[in-house]
Amino acid sequence: MEYINIFVKAIFIENMIFAYFLGMCSYLAVSKTVKTGVGLGAAVIFVLGFTVPVNYLLENYVLKEGALSWLGPQFATMDLSFLSFIMFIAIIASMVQLVEMVVEKFAPALYSSLGIFLPLIAVNCAILGGALFMQERQYSNIGEATVFGLGSGVGWFLAIVAIAAIREKIRYSSVPGPLRGLGITFIITGLMGIAFMSFMGIEL
Amino acid sequence: MSEVAVAEKVKEKSEPLFSKKNKALISNPLDDDNPITVQVLGICSALAITVQLKQAIVMSVSVMFVLAAGNVIVSLMRNMIPNRIRIIVQLVIIAALVILVDQVLKAYVYDVSKALSVFVGLIITNCIIMGRLEAFALGNKPWPAFLDGIGNALAYGGILVIVSFFRELLGSGKLWGYPVLGQKVGALLSDGTLATEATGLYALGYVDNGLMILPPMALITVGAIIWVQRARNTKLIEA
Repeated sequence: MEYINIFVKAIFIENMIFAYFLGMCSYLAVSKTVKTGVGLGAAVIFVLGFTVPVNYLLENYVLKEGALSWLGPQFATMDLSFLSFIMFIAIIASMVQLVEMVVEKFAPALYSSLGIFLPLIAVNCAILGGALFMQERQYSNIGEATVFGLGSGVGWFLAIVAIAAIREKIRYSSVPGPLRGLGITFIITGLMGIAFMSFMGIEL
Repeated sequence: MSEVAVAEKVKEKSEPLFSKKNKALISNPLDDDNPITVQVLGICSALAITVQLKQAIVMSVSVMFVLAAGNVIVSLMRNMIPNRIRIIVQLVIIAALVILVDQVLKAYVYDVSKALSVFVGLIITNCIIMGRLEAFALGNKPWPAFLDGIGNALAYGGILVIVSFFRELLGSGKLWGYPVLGQKVGALLSDGTLATEATGLYALGYVDNGLMILPPMALITVGAIIWVQRARNTKLIEA
């Protein structure tokens, strides 16, 4: 039950795009058509579901205060948490590379559809944001962290597919000149954010 | 994003420090080449921390430091960095600078640092920094790179200040934490008591717009800024 709660919360209430604006850059740049939106969204789910648990292990067995005590009693008071940014980003960058190679080798069909989007993801704020939120919220076990990662990814997927579909349709309407393109996308995203706020307060 | 990739090269050796070209590096980002409204860089963190003016300014100063210092360092190292691993090298430089900023913020303005929470760390993946390093610092000398960093950070900070000005003023009737529109009933006064009657605009029946504090309004405010900017500067209009 706890898992479902975290999952639903990550998708709807704490949606990466509508509540925290994470990953906005690629969200705005790649949402011109639904097809590319689906590709990038799927890659984000994949990478988030992978890197959040790995970073969770790193946080709890290396970085946190006292996390190194498994090495021996003299390490029990070590606090390496000031290194977390650099460690997380290094893990994410190498993980993305690794995932790319594994997918290419074992699932060529998936690779050809995700292909170009995977390298883009290393610098997507949503991925590092997922790791940092995981650190801030102190999930109690790795299962919860994984579910949170997957849920955040699904929420991001939902958002980018929705805005891409709207942008495909809005091309046929007469938007005022200065608002065309970027401006109207911002305003629509804002309105979608207000709609998503109606999920607030849901508890499972 | 990509039109900036073909960065202007600054070549002359003995030009004055503030030649016309160098001044343009600072002034261009403020309007024609604004990182947020034109290049679409750095939106991720720009929106989440604009509820209060104070947070927005602390954030802009942090970004300015990271961007200017990162630009200079990468520009000094530009002939040494192997092309294939440049992304990782840049990420490490940025992450080191961000750790510095984070520790300084935690030491001197702890409350703001708590309010910014994960967004200080997210400066690392702020596309504005990667974007400028890739597009400008890798191909230019340190001084122009420094100016480019300052210019872009100023433009980024400018948008943050405008957005947070409206959000704080309309959302909670305050600026920099001070109530500028008068006192609400039940507000905490400076002598520690609660206000029993409304003053200023609130006495006339004015009510704060609570929606302005919520995240979606940041997007709509930026949308409005883009609208105003493009209406004034028609060459930016998208086809």
